[in-house]
Amino acid sequence: MIVGSGAAGLSAAEVIRKHEPKAGIQIITEDPYGYYSRPGLAYYLAKEVPLEALYPYTEGYYRKLDLHFTKEHVARINPAEHVLHLAGGRIMPYDRLLIATGATASRPDTPGINLEGVVTLDSLEDTLHIVKLARHSSSAVVIGGGITALELVEGFTALGVKTHYFLRGDRYWNAVLDETESRMVEERLKEDGVIVHYNIRATEILGRKNKVEGVRTDDGKVTPCQLVGVAIGIRPHKELAQNSGLIVRRGVLVNDHQMTSDPDIFSAGDVAQVIDPDHPDGLLESLWNPAQLQGTVAGLNMAGITTPLCRPVAVNVTRLAGLVTTIIGQVGGAEDKGKDDRDTNSIMRGDSEEWREVANAVVAETHGGHNRLRLYIGERTIAGALVMGDQGLSRPLQNLIERQINIRELRPRLLEPGAPITELINNFWNSIPRLRHPVNSYAPKVS
Amino acid sequence: MFGSLFKSQAQKHQNLAQGQVVPEPGRCVQCGICSYSCPAGIDVRHHALLGMPVNDSRCLTCGECILRCPRGVLRFEQSELTSLLTEDLH
Repeated sequence: MIVGSGAAGLSAAEVIRKHEPKAGIQIITEDPYGYYSRPGLAYYLAKEVPLEALYPYTEGYYRKLDLHFTKEHVARINPAEHVLHLAGGRIMPYDRLLIATGATASRPDTPGINLEGVVTLDSLEDTLHIVKLARHSSSAVVIGGGITALELVEGFTALGVKTHYFLRGDRYWNAVLDETESRMVEERLKEDGVIVHYNIRATEILGRKNKVEGVRTDDGKVTPCQLVGVAIGIRPHKELAQNSGLIVRRGVLVNDHQMTSDPDIFSAGDVAQVIDPDHPDGLLESLWNPAQLQGTVAGLNMAGITTPLCRPVAVNVTRLAGLVTTIIGQVGGAEDKGKDDRDTNSIMRGDSEEWREVANAVVAETHGGHNRLRLYIGERTIAGALVMGDQGLSRPLQNLIERQINIRELRPRLLEPGAPITELINNFWNSIPRLRHPVNSYAPKVS
Repeated sequence: MFGSLFKSQAQKHQNLAQGQVVPEPGRCVQCGICSYSCPAGIDVRHHALLGMPVNDSRCLTCGECILRCPRGVLRFEQSELTSLLTEDLH
């Protein structure tokens, strides 16, 4: 039994079916649209791909795998009796259960936050709602930070809505980007016609007949708008686990076999907080491929094949105001790191707590036009990297960091002032042929 | 004027010599942009999901899927067969 039809839930279902041809696999979901590419929603908003393309699988595929979907809310779990209670009253028994309920966008408690026209971006339903509202909107305000805030800003702009982006601090995403990178993004936003406001806080969302009319800010001004996008962070959907007596913290706590505090209940994806040797207090992230990997590992363990999670380094390739950006490993080392990100209260979608970790490392950076490279160089390995603009080093750096390739010989040259680090890394990468054919780090290592 | 003509021809020869579209499955988020942009109608996404190089004879090596993928999943890489061919040409 799998609760949730996202990346983790489907990956678990697929691998269970592979090893258990006769098992009954039931996927219970609250998403009326089933399984689709959630990262693709931003591309749909930006008009790069049609709706149908977001579905990787056909009905025929689900029939072939004998996967059954039930669209309903799960009220609670009774772990002792191995049953689920659905909201409609039905009781479903299970042998092994996976909680893959994902996360939802948080909302601040700003007055007016529940007016019609205030939107978040979690699901396909949200996306279609945004497209509908945008048709009758001439201007919008976005509050929040991280990747999702810009998906909303760029999405509204692509839909023809004049957009104001309110930053509470003096730069964008200070938790992960450094000042140079923030400015690169902000410049691109302004070139796209977005009005960026700094050091401003929304105090009230104003409405008439329950619809958004404007946003009042702490400087006393009111910005008229019909649409307000909110991206202040996501919260793991841990209530089901919590109400059922499982141990939760920021998310549902699991060990490195994706097992919760109950041996027959597993958890994976955005809702899960994984405890591993590098993160004894547990790590939260909202990344598509790691969710698939966690789902696969959970599924293997549920099918009786004991498999530990071999967690790869946190990587994402995203677009910030059109600037392609790869973020790998530990990059949280900016000078003003002491200040928390004022625009968000937790991670966003496409984000990882690992990125904010400060590595015991030295920075090497280079910048030319619209291209930027920032590396965190430890004693023997590269601990983190951010690649903005030209992506030539995106894959090589992912390999060097993930596989902890020893760069001790290269290190002194990288740290020389004015070093041509792009060239140095490129040459290093090309000099080691075996690196060019990497192991698929997303395939779980089955014991 | 002719410079740019020769340049696009040279690019096409380079693409063909470079072989196949190769995916990095760990980056694919199944958004479908690759399959949507393929002029030959190849389900590139399916290849990306499974980590299989695009070996389909319909592939024009036009590079659209590589260009449009928002996640840097796809690249051209020389396969054994095409590297033999380029050796013959030289």
